[in-house]
Amino acid sequence: MTTIAGIGFSAPWLLLALLALPVIWILLRAVPPAPLRAVFPAVTLLLGLDDKDSTADRTPWWLLVLRCLAVALLILAFAGPVLNPDRNAQSGTRILILTDASWASAADWDERTARIERALDRAESNGQLVKIVALSAVKPGQELPGFASAIVWRENLPNIRPAAWAPSEEQMQALADSLPDETTTLWLSDGLARTGRAALYRALSTRGPVRIVQSDKSVTAMMPARFDEGEVVLSARRSISGVEQVLGLRVIGPGPSGLQRSLASGQITFGMDDTDAETRLELPAEMRNRVERIVLDDIASAGAVALVGDGLRRREVAILGNRADREGLRLLSGKHYLNSALAPSVDLMSGAFADVLPANPDVIILDDVAKIAPGEAKDIEAWVERGGLLIRFAGPQMAATTVNVGQDDTLLPVRLRAGGRSIGGAMSWGEPRKLAPFKADTPFYGLPLPQDIQVRAQVLAQPGPDLSARTLASLADGTPLITRKYLGAGQIVLFHVTANAEWSNLPLSGLFVSMLERLSVAGRSQNADSRITNEGLWRAQALLDGFGTVMAEPPLPIVDGAKLAGTPPGPENPPGIYANEGRFYAHNVLTAQSRITPVTWPLSAQISSLVAAPLRSLKGPLLVAALVLLMLDALVSMALAGRITRIRPQPATQALVLVISLGLTIASAPADGRAQAADELALAATSQTVLAHVLTGNPDVDRVARAGLIGLSDTLFARTSIEPADPIGIDLERDELALFPMLYWPVTPDQTLPSATAYARLNTYLRSGGLILFDTRDAGRNALGAGSTNGAKLQALALPLEIPPLEPVPKDHVLTRSFYLMQSFPGRFDTPIWVEAAPPGAVQAEGMPFRNLNDNVTPVVIGGNDWAAAWAVDESGRWLLPVGRGAAGERQREFALRFGVNLIMHVLTGNYKSDQVHVPALLDRLGQ
Amino acid sequence: MSQTAAHSLRAQSQVLAGKLPPVLAQAHHLAATIQLGTHGRRRAGRGDEFWQYRPAQPGDARRTIDWRRSARADQHYVQDKEWQAAQTVWFWVDAGHSMQFSSTDTGPTKAHAAQVVALALAILLVRAGERVGLIGQTQLPPAGGELQIERMALSMVQPPTAPPEYETPHLRGIPRYGRLVLLSDFLTDLPPLITEIDQANGAGLSGAMVQMLDPQEIDFPFRGRIIFESMQRSFQHETRQAGALRATYAARLAERQQALHDLARRTGWQFRTARSDASLAQELLWVSQAIERRAK
Repeated sequence: MTTIAGIGFSAPWLLLALLALPVIWILLRAVPPAPLRAVFPAVTLLLGLDDKDSTADRTPWWLLVLRCLAVALLILAFAGPVLNPDRNAQSGTRILILTDASWASAADWDERTARIERALDRAESNGQLVKIVALSAVKPGQELPGFASAIVWRENLPNIRPAAWAPSEEQMQALADSLPDETTTLWLSDGLARTGRAALYRALSTRGPVRIVQSDKSVTAMMPARFDEGEVVLSARRSISGVEQVLGLRVIGPGPSGLQRSLASGQITFGMDDTDAETRLELPAEMRNRVERIVLDDIASAGAVALVGDGLRRREVAILGNRADREGLRLLSGKHYLNSALAPSVDLMSGAFADVLPANPDVIILDDVAKIAPGEAKDIEAWVERGGLLIRFAGPQMAATTVNVGQDDTLLPVRLRAGGRSIGGAMSWGEPRKLAPFKADTPFYGLPLPQDIQVRAQVLAQPGPDLSARTLASLADGTPLITRKYLGAGQIVLFHVTANAEWSNLPLSGLFVSMLERLSVAGRSQNADSRITNEGLWRAQALLDGFGTVMAEPPLPIVDGAKLAGTPPGPENPPGIYANEGRFYAHNVLTAQSRITPVTWPLSAQISSLVAAPLRSLKGPLLVAALVLLMLDALVSMALAGRITRIRPQPATQALVLVISLGLTIASAPADGRAQAADELALAATSQTVLAHVLTGNPDVDRVARAGLIGLSDTLFARTSIEPADPIGIDLERDELALFPMLYWPVTPDQTLPSATAYARLNTYLRSGGLILFDTRDAGRNALGAGSTNGAKLQALALPLEIPPLEPVPKDHVLTRSFYLMQSFPGRFDTPIWVEAAPPGAVQAEGMPFRNLNDNVTPVVIGGNDWAAAWAVDESGRWLLPVGRGAAGERQREFALRFGVNLIMHVLTGNYKSDQVHVPALLDRLGQ
Repeated sequence: MSQTAAHSLRAQSQVLAGKLPPVLAQAHHLAATIQLGTHGRRRAGRGDEFWQYRPAQPGDARRTIDWRRSARADQHYVQDKEWQAAQTVWFWVDAGHSMQFSSTDTGPTKAHAAQVVALALAILLVRAGERVGLIGQTQLPPAGGELQIERMALSMVQPPTAPPEYETPHLRGIPRYGRLVLLSDFLTDLPPLITEIDQANGAGLSGAMVQMLDPQEIDFPFRGRIIFESMQRSFQHETRQAGALRATYAARLAERQQALHDLARRTGWQFRTARSDASLAQELLWVSQAIERRAK
């Protein structure tokens, strides 16, 4: 591909045709515009006239330019221009493709893989040998694979995956040491500065040309989460500032069902010039304890995941003492020491057993509690067996008690001897005892042992076969100081000393806090990293892969604490969650101190962007441009030749105008049409009173409903001052309901339930004073539903509606007298109908035959009398359907109509007729 | 007559009938805008209008004596009526191809405009008791009455057989003292036309010439390279700069109109140029007055 001015051409020789442009210019100039033939009867007047200017009417120069431009564009288009051609040819016989394969390159790993594939393609076509090295996977001292053909490597490519760590200096050194003599290098860098990188670059550049490919994008990483003043502090860091950036983040942990889910989410905002950003989340303690990791959205990289071990976990610890706190002795209370030791890292609670146990704390600490009521003991035992940690401190009470001495107490790890012992006191010979070094299999192993700790008094354990196994710490003379017993899933720990400084100065030492931490009473404090170094071996529970996915598949490494905390993650100590003795340590890709800075390459380095601007063929746009120019030329030529004139518009232009206007019309028509229909409906419904019925989709029912409402409208017109217009059928899904005072809703078994939005509008309608007359049309069989299909359908239809409690129309309901006095409400059938129930407290008004009832229109009237059928008239005003037999039937129809009149009156005038209850009061006032 | 021939005749007549009413209706409409007076002869003769009283002379019938007038004098008087004779107006509507031209798709052709004016005038004249006739390709002897109008319309609408590109009227053989109305674009050769009119003038015929022109023929809105063609393409003229011809064209047109004016002045005729897209009522008014002017 030939490249000219940054644009590649697939057929560059075609560009020679550009040389012909001047010729085209001259030709175009020589040829006058094509003549127009015009019919013109007055041509006789022109005969014999000569043009004054003998030369041709020249095509104007700008038109020539236009045409030449169009032709030039055509030539260029067919020469196959390509924007951003791939110019990076790779030379040499051997290509070393080097990829950092670090967490920072995981985010755009696909692009990297694609880039490697391109390099492989080219190597294949050039017949070059290739070696691909993932820096993060290099094992110092182990030989690297050799050069092979690109085909071999292509098969192997999927196996090269980013690691969750960054390549270490040793790894880079190891590679630099094993480099072949001569090689061309393609280095896909993750763009982060790192020691050893410059040395490797130097080593590579002595072997041959080095091309560096790196992403222009910033690397963004999540820092470990901190807990600060009741909030979780989440911070992120990026390598390149310069743009404002908002990243979403999710807090992930097990949900109530135990499955991993997003517990909370937040946003973290980088300012324009910031490389660090911070956000604070306030999480309930219960949720905070479940947090396992914090993930930046949309970045598939181990760096975008901050694992959370115990760091955020705050255990709930209940401290129970036996004594009521006495004024002035607070500082002597064991509770005070425990509180001071634990308060920074746990949530404390206190209270009686009965109050504390239901809260299910993680830990219960009993400070010198000797006697536990049997019922409570059983509860605590059950709680421990479920996984609780019970820690007991000895004290004078425990030493003094005689209960259970010498017996097995379930809630004590060992049997105690009666009375304690005191050493180094005034009455004893011995010196205060020091602690013996912790044994290797105890959780305290590795804790530094301050020499000034002295134990002056303790309770003694009865020797037994399992005493030594249960001993976690002992005094220099071998008497157990701390013992532990497992009970079910939980454990019981006994400190044989007091929790205050009375018997020993252990509670005053830092060791006390560390011990509580080791017993996983206290959560890890922030600077705990340094402390785990001497805490033995940690077993990985879950590991992060380079893309930030948490995996718990074996092999899960077991790592020495020193290695875990001291060194940044690497193949030996991959990032993940490590556990030791029920404590969890989050080994994160980055620590709070880690910086991520963009790498600075030597000035001589050849750097290109990972995401190369995609190859874009310019042929299409050029052809389109040429076409547009040619069309423009055609138009201009026509105008010049007088074909486009005001006097005689050409069919072509007319068609063009037609098409454009048609397009505009079509584009704007549908919206207009709907709005117009809605407007028409609103206009029809509001310019006069209109009765409405719900369209059921059953044509017969809809027809009868309409005919019925016409009949009712006619009757109203004839007898009352209500003069309704023609009724309207309502589509619940589409039409506005608020315009109609009443909806007649015949129930059919097969009508579809309205949608949620339609129900919402129906409810609004009912709330704002509308009335729906439900008609099951089945003679109210089995009063309201149950049994008949229509009734069941009515129940289904009305379920989402806000319908108040109902009752059969009472004798004093306003419906019985809103226009006609009537007590039954027949349609084609005559069964009771239901309306909104009167409030329970309604009393009969004095001197009136009816009660002082609710003050509004009933929102629904439900019945099955098939009123529409009784009201229905045909076009000529004759009754459509028979009602009853003979004169009795006609009378029933008359009453049906009267019911209709009463109903509409009720709808339109409300309870006006009930206002008669106020007549006595009004008369009373008039009299004065 | 064979079945098919009858059919085709009928079809043809229907086509004609279909076309006729619009022209006629338009003409009626146009004629309704003008009320013509009757053409009195300003001398005693047969007629309905009073002209003068004159002393009865021997030979006057006794029943012609106006007794009321005579009672006021010692003489007998006879009432003379103004002589009212029906005039004959001959119409010639150019049926050449050139008259079928219209510069717009919707606008009327020159022929149509000319026909409407002619028919409207004919309607007016017939209403005033005159007789109208048609000369040209289809001759129509002069007559009065509504039927004559329809006959005229029919004859005018009926496409003439093989019309020439530009038509020149043949005015020989027309009875003397008639009126002539010539409606044409007068784009034909002038000398034969002048000869014809001179001859007609010599035969005591007077009349009016209306030059019906399309707006394009007046404005000449052309630019660029154009080949102008007559309707039948028998004349062609190519120009490379039509815009430059406009002035010359206008001059030539004016020259021709001047020639026609001169001719009219010399012979006592009337001449006027009309635009086919303008209101025809003006033309009708002018033509009707032009005919009367001579009668005064």
